[in-house]
Formats: sequence, structure tokens, C-alpha cells
Amino acid sequence: MTVLNVNGKQHEVNADPRTPLLYVLRNDLALNAAKFGCGLGQCGACTVLVDHNPVFSCVTPIAALEGRYIRTVEDLGTVDKPGPVQRAFIEEQAAQCGYCIPGMMMRAQALLEKNAAPSDTQIREALEPNLCRCGTQMRILRAVHRAAKLMTVELQGPLREAQK
Amino acid sequence: MNAPLPSPTRRMFLATGGALIVSFALEPAASFAQGPVPPRPKLPGSLDKAPYLDAWIAIGGDGAVTVFTGKSELGQGIKTALIQCAAEELDVDPAAITLITADTERTANEGYTAGSHSMQDSGTAILNAAAQVRGILIELAATRLNLARDQMHAKSGAVVANDGRSVAYKELVTGQELHRTAQPQSPLKDPKTFTVIGKPVRRVDIPGKVTGAPMYVQDLRPEGMLHARVVRPPNYGAELVAANIAAVEKLPGVIKVVRDGNFLAVAAQGEFQAIEAMNVLASIAQWRKVAALPDEATIHQFLTRLPTQDQVIANKGNPAQQGAHFLRATYTRPYLSHGSIGPSCAVALYQADKLTVWTHSQGVYPLRASLADMLQVKPEQVHCIHVEGSGCYGHNAADDAAADAALVARAVPGRPIRLQWMREQEHGWEPFGPAMASNVSGALDSNGKIVAWNYEVWSNTHSTRPGGPAGNLLAAQYLAKPFQPPAPKEIPMPEGGGDRNAIPIYTIPNERVVDHFVPQMPLRVSALRALGAYHNVFSVESFMDELAAAAKADPVEFRLKHLDDSRARDVITKAAQEFGWSKSTGQRPRGEGRGFAFARYKNLAAYCGVAVELTVDRESGEVRLGRIVAAVDSGLAVNPDGIRNQIEGAIVQSASWTLYEAVTFDRADITSRDWSTYPILRLTQAPRSIVVYIIDRPGEKFLGTGEAGQGPTAAAIANAVADATGVRLRDLPLTATRIKQAIGV
Amino acid sequence: MFGRILLGLALAVAIAIGALVAWQWRGELPPSTASAHSFDPGIVAKGAQLAAIGDCAGCHTTSGGKSYAGGFPVETPFGIIYGPNITPDRDTGIGTWSEEAFRRAMREGVARDGTHLYPAFPYDHFTKLTDGDISALYAFLMTRDPAMRTNRTPQLAFPLNSRIFAASWQLLFLDKGPYRSDPSQSADWNRGAYLVEGLGHCGACHTPRNKLGAEEKHQRFAGGEGENWNAPPLNATSPAPVPWTADQLFAYLKYGFTDQHGFAAGPMQLVSTNLSKAPNADVRAIATYIAAFAGPRDTAGRQRQTDAALAFAQQRALTVNELSRATTGAAPANGASPGGTLFAGACATCHRSGGGLPVSRPVALALSTPVNASRPDNLLRIVLNGIHPPPGRRGPIMPGFSGALTDPQLFALVDYVRTHYSRGPAWANVAAALADVRRKQTPTTEAP
Repeated sequence: MTVLNVNGKQHEVNADPRTPLLYVLRNDLALNAAKFGCGLGQCGACTVLVDHNPVFSCVTPIAALEGRYIRTVEDLGTVDKPGPVQRAFIEEQAAQCGYCIPGMMMRAQALLEKNAAPSDTQIREALEPNLCRCGTQMRILRAVHRAAKLMTVELQGPLREAQK
Repeated sequence: MNAPLPSPTRRMFLATGGALIVSFALEPAASFAQGPVPPRPKLPGSLDKAPYLDAWIAIGGDGAVTVFTGKSELGQGIKTALIQCAAEELDVDPAAITLITADTERTANEGYTAGSHSMQDSGTAILNAAAQVRGILIELAATRLNLARDQMHAKSGAVVANDGRSVAYKELVTGQELHRTAQPQSPLKDPKTFTVIGKPVRRVDIPGKVTGAPMYVQDLRPEGMLHARVVRPPNYGAELVAANIAAVEKLPGVIKVVRDGNFLAVAAQGEFQAIEAMNVLASIAQWRKVAALPDEATIHQFLTRLPTQDQVIANKGNPAQQGAHFLRATYTRPYLSHGSIGPSCAVALYQADKLTVWTHSQGVYPLRASLADMLQVKPEQVHCIHVEGSGCYGHNAADDAAADAALVARAVPGRPIRLQWMREQEHGWEPFGPAMASNVSGALDSNGKIVAWNYEVWSNTHSTRPGGPAGNLLAAQYLAKPFQPPAPKEIPMPEGGGDRNAIPIYTIPNERVVDHFVPQMPLRVSALRALGAYHNVFSVESFMDELAAAAKADPVEFRLKHLDDSRARDVITKAAQEFGWSKSTGQRPRGEGRGFAFARYKNLAAYCGVAVELTVDRESGEVRLGRIVAAVDSGLAVNPDGIRNQIEGAIVQSASWTLYEAVTFDRADITSRDWSTYPILRLTQAPRSIVVYIIDRPGEKFLGTGEAGQGPTAAAIANAVADATGVRLRDLPLTATRIKQAIGV
Repeated sequence: MFGRILLGLALAVAIAIGALVAWQWRGELPPSTASAHSFDPGIVAKGAQLAAIGDCAGCHTTSGGKSYAGGFPVETPFGIIYGPNITPDRDTGIGTWSEEAFRRAMREGVARDGTHLYPAFPYDHFTKLTDGDISALYAFLMTRDPAMRTNRTPQLAFPLNSRIFAASWQLLFLDKGPYRSDPSQSADWNRGAYLVEGLGHCGACHTPRNKLGAEEKHQRFAGGEGENWNAPPLNATSPAPVPWTADQLFAYLKYGFTDQHGFAAGPMQLVSTNLSKAPNADVRAIATYIAAFAGPRDTAGRQRQTDAALAFAQQRALTVNELSRATTGAAPANGASPGGTLFAGACATCHRSGGGLPVSRPVALALSTPVNASRPDNLLRIVLNGIHPPPGRRGPIMPGFSGALTDPQLFALVDYVRTHYSRGPAWANVAAALADVRRKQTPTTEAP
């Protein structure tokens, strides 16, 4: 039995400790965002955050994850209340088939938590581990820039309220 | 508004009542009448295949509007565009519409979602059906309120009279009012009055996709579902000699190992268990390897020497006409992989003599027929439902995954089977875009005009889709009683397969174009986005630049000089203008180049012009893409942002094909099996910018956008590389190694 | 009394320094006016091949920057020195350098204006080049595209940043002059020696250095450091379980891979990319020369060692059956240790033998040099950062695990790999090595 903290909730998972996190997220916890793209750590479709770091959940066994802080796209917001990264991707219509997008979003989230205003080059380099086959790269870049602005605005919002 | 698809529960599997009513709508009038049916006038778009209006539009008692399409969402935004069409003509809020996509028991049979035909086929049908339904509703309201028809109009889901009274649609449709045959003419709205069509309405599927809703076939999780994996042979044609199935069935979680001849698969409780069992099964299975593949290094010589079925598809004047200048060139492209980011997947359930398959196949009806053939059951016993997969860009392994799932489902009846392909399987077994070669020659007169043009192209078929017989399903070829793939055929002109866009759009007085169709397929091939147009436009547009150089003419001016089609001229002019083409003539620093290319997809669909700026690193030969500007005319633009998204995507994808991609193989096997052996463009290599200009033609037909950008991008890049380096490369991909070799020290 | 002694000493030191300065003083050479067109294309082509072997671009090009325009941070124990601009730009590059000035730089480590170059520029190796090869390199460099990029001041502490220090170093450690053939060895060996000791400057990374940063001539190829990676020994103390043969070295250098050693990683990736463009005969000569250093001298000895290594690797290879058995609890190959469980979940998809899918499979870990090295640093680097090919090119991809594993998990994993796949002793202080690796990883590359 492995206890996993996913998106702030504790889950008891009865799976072989070698099981990659990806299959546990999808099958045991019904969290669909992280996707199977290669199972080899080459494409990033499975990217989630562990302790604020982007990781390939397809090659990260749950044995390594007890007591750690795991976050998936589902933690960023909901359809009714999308978070800044999700809003940015919706506003920029940054998806074609959309299969790679959750992975892109989590890696972007990790980047923006460390660097609030990344340059184009920095975004490209940070997201290089993630592949997109439909050719949505330009919109993804615009969405990450937009997310950076939205996150700043979000942080400033409460400040402005407090200052009133 | 389209909610994410609900996970099918047990109840959904049992409920069939609703389906009956709608499939009734798909029945032709003939089955209820005795005697011959008088010939019917041609109806617009796919209405011709499914003439009943309620096969397309249904209005529920709660006012909910359901629209049915036989096409599928592939990530190209078709759901949103079709909702816009319906919303516009039906006068309802797009958010009030639920769109049902390809389902053999609920929607019309619109064949494949392919060839950029969706708007032309389904968009046209829905536009017209919605307009006619609106007409019927107004008629019904007029009767109800005892008013003249011209006193009423439709608005926001109701029919409103000039005197202010209104009747909601739901109150008008209580029975079979919409079960009527469509008419050849529809009361279509004046495009000038459009409020929904032509607007960049946000995609209905994106919110679900960015919040983790179950949007894909990979996300289905019906109760009792088992996970399955297939063990493919080591290479084409290998035969299974032995496999200790009993040992594998003892592994944790394994429910069953399925063997039928050379088809081998395993089903288990858990997904990781299925993968482990697959690995063990693969390690103990013994195969007799059979296939021999040609030498990759000389594949084009090999292909062009195979027997061909030749067709002269253009023959005008005297193709041997001489001129002041004469040029010739040969162009080649490799096999290309679809490279879908999510390997193919299907969920199948075999229960009470009925097979239900959830699949991301591009054609649920043809797939149904092929599955029925493979399992030797009647088509009515097979129900195929389209659920989104990752982008397929043509015929990838989606149908094969469905066949694999069906075979396992039949062996484990009553349990839904989720069969997922692995990355290495997708890369190794999907049908590739065929390798091609072309010879071009042209003559220019002393005024720099083309006077003669000769073109011949060699290619395998670009379609081995499962179109009814089972033989094109991969699993079917490996069963104990194998199905033979049907003889491949060339897709006829005017659309064409390997000869798509082989006839230049330019005005040339003497020309001859020959299609050398090569039936023998050393590697498995089928349709990849744009089919033969990718290579033919690459060839034609590269050669146009070579001719322009010989004529000492500007490449853009040279093209305009040979074009009469005003829409083509508009697109070229727009792209060149916005790029600033005429401002950047003159000497560029070494290593910087710009290139231009244009094509009208199939010479009858969308027009697309692309201008590219790039740099070539002299020491490494590496290309860095700079600014890219494109212009596109897709006829009536339903969703301009959707069009932009598709063209941007086509440009980036085509750039990846053109600069990096080639399927690799040795004498026994495909060797490009993952992203390390088949690299594609990453974010760090994406262009600096892409801007797409749309020329909207509100009165015109839909022309379909999805494939228009592939060919022009390839040629624009090749032309820019030639400009940057002074060297013309004609063999794709234009890798850094090849470019460096060409430019030398 | 003391004052006078001190004064005397100070005077002596001043005179010594003066003598040193006088002895080492080099004059400025006049700027040249040669144009690019006056070089024979054949000689330029030869220069290109030599530049590939010498990997000039490696230190003289920064990531994303223009070729040969400098800016690359060369890390030394004394600080960071930025490779200068060697494009023919007249203002910021070497466009005004005559061939004589270039030759002097290569033979003596002195710039055109007379200043002594830091030995981060391995002129102690390049001095061995023939005049003909130096001319070819000159022709090659002078025909590159000029790029404007001002050289960056090195980050060295006083007195290391003084040119007097550089001058003293040159005096002490330079053995000036072209390579001299050894008549007792074959032509191939001599060619290899010429290339390795000269242009290849392999010893610059693979030979240990003394406190003043000069290579220990009596410990040739006993291991060193390059770009913060450990450059393993290439001599008899090589940790590679299978002794390197000339054939294996050739394959490794030319293609970046051999089935008995693995893939080129770290700085060797670029080296093998460059050597893939060099003439086969030259790469073979390099392989022949280095192979003569590695492993037991006698053929029988080498064969015994190879057989033993391969047998051990075979025995320790993790098969799919063993992986599977781990879950049933029946004699688990690795399920017992936490490191083993991590390995089975994170690594075994690729790092197992047999069965399953035809992924471009990495070589057996038991044969890998980093796993068998005396220190864990290189293995840590690879596990943390993975291996990535240049974008758009085919090449092995190994994901990095720096975010996925905590430090204790990393130690457990590395311990497991060492115990299971190496016959060497357990590594002493992996935590200290990890701290070292992290400290050296702090990015120093400037933006292009």
C-alpha cells in the first residue's frame, strides 16, 4: 500500500510499488490529464509536478513518491474556474488535438513558479522536453507568455484590493 | 455546449432504445414503401447520402438541439465549425447545440474524415439541413399562430411573429415533423447577415482538454474494463512458431492470452500488469522472421524500377517544345511517419452477439464493414463510435488498434477491452506516407515564359484504408486464416493520390504529366496528410524557382506571370505583400535566405501561399527558421481562428518533415521506433514567428483547409535554403548533414 | 638587519621578475592584410578536417552563438576563461593576424599583440603540429564568416589573471616544437600519436594536472577533468570492464557508440560528432594510439578480462521475467532493496535485457564506464540530467531524474546500481560527490 498526496488529497493506492505514477493517476485515481505518449521519457505528454519539479510520470515509480507533493493539471483549476495557465491556453486557443497540452501546461507551471517573466528563449528551452506533433508550438509559446501575465495579475489582484 | 464525453457505464451499454429512433431517420424511404423509388435530384453535400433532415438535426422536448455529423473531430476544430453552421442557419445559440460525431448507429455515413472534405461534405449538409429545418419551423409556427409566413422569423431558438408573439422550437417539434427528405434548394441566409459564421468562436473541446476531462478514447474507463496489449511480430510477415501461453497466463493480473495464428495479445486487470505480461510474452515468443526489405540508401532507385501502372494525367500541345533555356531536375522524399503523439488505442466490448468499438478511426462505417468481415459477422452486429484520439494526420494505426481490441474482446466476451499500442509499435507498424520520386523538365522562351513542361512521378498508393474487406486491417493479415490485403489502387483524378497536385496550376501551353503508380509496397503505406501533394508541390514549386532563376526573374513575379486564376493571384500577392517580399530583394548576408511557394490543394481546394525567412549555419548546415508569413483562401471561412490554427500547424509540421524526418530501415526491419530514432521538431526549433492572413470569400463554397499548407511550406523552405546557400537541394529531408555536404567548407 | 634582508630579497625577486619578463617578452606582430580569396580550397578543406579533430568549435563557440565567435566559458580550477573570437573579424576576432602570428600562438601560446595566452588554450599540445597543418588551420579560420563579438574578460583571481603568470607557466611547462616520430613504432601509431598529443589534445582532459595546472607527463591518460565531467583514465587503470580495443575506440569516436561500452555522454558527445566528420584513417590512427595505453598488454590477458566482463554482465542483466517475478515475491531480483525497486520502476523500461519492444536499447550497465568508475560523479550527472542529442538529430534520449528523485532516493539508486552492476568497491561518499556535481552545474554560459 502506497500513500500518495495528489492535488492536496491523500490516496491509498494498492499497486505494485514499481508502477509508474502515470498509470496510477489515470487508472486508480481517474485523473485523465497526464497522457501516455511513449513511456520512455522522450515526449513529455505524461508531465506532472512533484515537489514543484516537472517529471515524466511514465518513468517515475510510485515507490519514489510517498510523502511528496504531486500535482496534475486537475489541480490548476476547473472548467468553471480555470487557473491562469488554463485560462491562457483557452484564450490563446492553444490546442489542436490537445493531447500534448496537459504536459506542456505542467512544465509551464513549473517554469512560471520559478521565473515569473520568462523570455521567449527561456520558454522554448524549458518546454523542449515536450513534443507537439500538430504544430501548435507558436500558440503554446503565446499561451505561456499570457499565463505569466495572468499569474502576475492574479497575485496583484489581492494586493490592489487590500490597498483600496 | 459540448460537455466532455461521459464514461460509458453499464447502463449505457444496455440502453439501445434511443438509437433505434435515430437510425430510423437514416433509413431511406424505400424500405417503408413497396415498389421502385423515383430518381432523386442531387442534394447538397452529404445530404445526398442521408436525405432525411432528422438524420442531421433533432430538437428535443426540452429545447435541446442535437446536430449529427458523420465526420469526426481530429483536433482540426470541425466540431466547433459545424456547430457554427447549424447555429447560424437555425438561429440558436451555439451553446445550446450538442454535436454528435461519427457513430454507425446515430449518424449518417460520411465515409472518412479526410481529404479536407469535412466542411464541403458535412458543413454543406448541416448548413442546408439547418436552413431547411428553420423553414419548416417557421411554417409550423405560421400554421399554429395562423399568420402568413412572411410575418415570422426565427430567433434564438424560437419563431417570432412581427406582432411579438413567439413559439419556442420545442413546442413545434413534438413528433416526426423533421422526418422529411431534404430539398435541393435551401433558404440559406445572406452571408452579409452572418453573426456566428465567420467569427472566431472558441473551440468547444478545448476547455475540457485543458482541465483533465475524459476527452479521448484513451480516457474511457467503463466498469469491468480490462487492459490489453498486443505482441507484434519482429518484422513484416514473421510467423509465430511457439509461445508458452500457459506461463504468461499465470502472471499477476493476467486474464487471458489470445493467440490466433500469428496474432498474439494479452489482457490483464491492471495496465502495468498488461505491459509486463506483454514484455514477458514477447520475450518467450519464438518467431520465424521472413521479411526482406530493400536497401534504404537506394530506395528511390528501387521504387522507380518496380513495375508500374502508368497514366497520362495531362497532355497538352507539344510537350517536346523547345525553348531558349532547358532545365531538368529530380526530386525525392522519404517514407514519413504520422508520428501521432498518443499511440493508437481502442475500447471494444463483445456481448450478446454484438461488438461495440470506441475508436479514433477516421472512418467508422468503413471500419465497421472491415471488422464485420474479419470476424465473419453481419455489419449490423458491429457498432463503431468515434471518440477522439491524438492527431492522426491521416491513416495511422487507429483502425488496427480497433481490430486488435475486437479480437481480444471476442476472446473475452462481456468485458470491455482497452487495447493500447506502445510507442515502438506505432512507429514500426503504422502505414507510412510513401516515399516518392519525380522527374521534371521545363523549357523557357526568350521572354522568360514557360513554354513546355514535363513531369513524371513515382509512388505507391496513398490509401490502404480498411474500406470494407478485412485485408487492410493489420491483425487480419496475421490470423491463422489470414485475410489478404486487396490490390492497391490509385485514387482517381481530379483528387489523385500519388499524383495529387502533380499537374501544375500554372498556365503552360505545352505540358505532359505522367503518374507512375507502383503497386508493390515494400513498406506498409497509406494516407498521410496532403498525400502526394506534399511531394508534388515540393517538386513543382522548387522547379518553378529554378526556372525563375534561369529567367532571371523574381520568384513571386514569375509565378504571377503564369497564373490566370484570380483567387490564386490574390493569395500570392497577399502573402508576398505581408511578408515584405519586394522590400527584401537584393544581396542578403551569406547564410540568410528567403523562399516563396504556392499551391491550390488538389488544384480545386484551398489556396495557400507561404513565404519563409531562415538562416543556415555555415559550419553545421543547421537551419534556423525565422519569420513565416502565409495567406490562405478557404472559400467561406466559418471559423477564421480554426483556419489559422490549421495553417500554422501545417507549416510547423511540414517544416519538421522537410528538415528532419525520414523513416529508417535496415534489410530486415523498421529501425526508427521512437523519438530518439525518429526526431521531430521541438519548441527550440520552431520558427520565430508565423502570421496567417485569411482571404475570406463569403459567397463561395467551403474549400477545406487541413492539408493546404504542407506542400507550399516544404518548397518555401527549400527555396529559402537555396537562397541562403546558393545550393539547390532536391532530396528530402533537408538535414543539416546534407546541407553542410552541399555547401562544403 | 631584517629590513636589509627583506630589501635584498625584494630586490632579488624584482630582478628575477624583470629577467622573466625580459626573457618572456614577445613583441607585437604587424597586422595582416591577406584576403580570403588567396587560399587554396584544398588546403582550406584540409584545415576543416583538422579543426574537426581539434574540436576548435568546442571552446570557441558558445551555445546559440555564431561559429568560432567565442564566448564559451572554459572552466578551470583557477576560474573561468572565455574562449576568444577566432573568426576573421578585424575588430573583435583574429582578422588582423598574419600566419606568422597564428603560428606563434599555436606553438608558443602568444597572441599577436605579444600577450601570453592562458594555458586553458592547450598550446602545449598544439605546439606539436607541423607547419603544414598550422597553415591549413590558418587557411580554414581565415575563410570563416567574420562575426563581431568582443572577448570577455576571464574570471580569474589575482595573481592568476596576470599575464606574467601565464608567461611563467609557458616557461615552466611548454615543450615547444612539432611532434617527433618514434621510429620503433608503426606509421599508424605515430600518426595517432601526432593527432592525439597534438590537435586532439585528449590529455588536456584525460591526464591529471599538477597544482599549477600543467599535465602530469608521467601519468599520461591516468584520468582528469573536462567541462566539469570526470574524464576517465584511458590507460591500464581504465575502469571500463571490457578493455578498449582499437576497433571499439574507433566505433565510439566515429559513431558515438559501442556495444561493449555504451554511448558517448557529456563532452564526448561533441567530440564524437566532430570525429564523425574526420577521415576514417585518422580516427583509426587515434584509436590505435589510445588502445595501446588501455588494458593489459597481452592479447590473452585482454581476452580473459573481456570474457569475464561479458559473463558478469550477462549474469547481472535484468530480464523481463525477473522483473515480473519481483511482484510475485518469488526470489525477486531487485524487489528487496529500495534502490532496486526504484531501478525496476524508473530505469528498467530501457535498462533491461531481452524481450519487449525494440527500443534503441542502451548497453548493459555492467559494461558502462561511469558505473565502474572510481567516483560516482559522472553517473550522478547522467542520472540527474539524462542524455540528449543535438536537436533534430538522431541520438539516444535518456530522461533526467533530477526532479523525480529525492537525494536519499538518488543515493539508494546509485548504490543499487553500483552494487548490482559493478565488481568495484562501494563508493565512499556519494553525498559529497552529489554536492560537488551540483555546485559545478551552476550555469555560467552567457546569453548569445
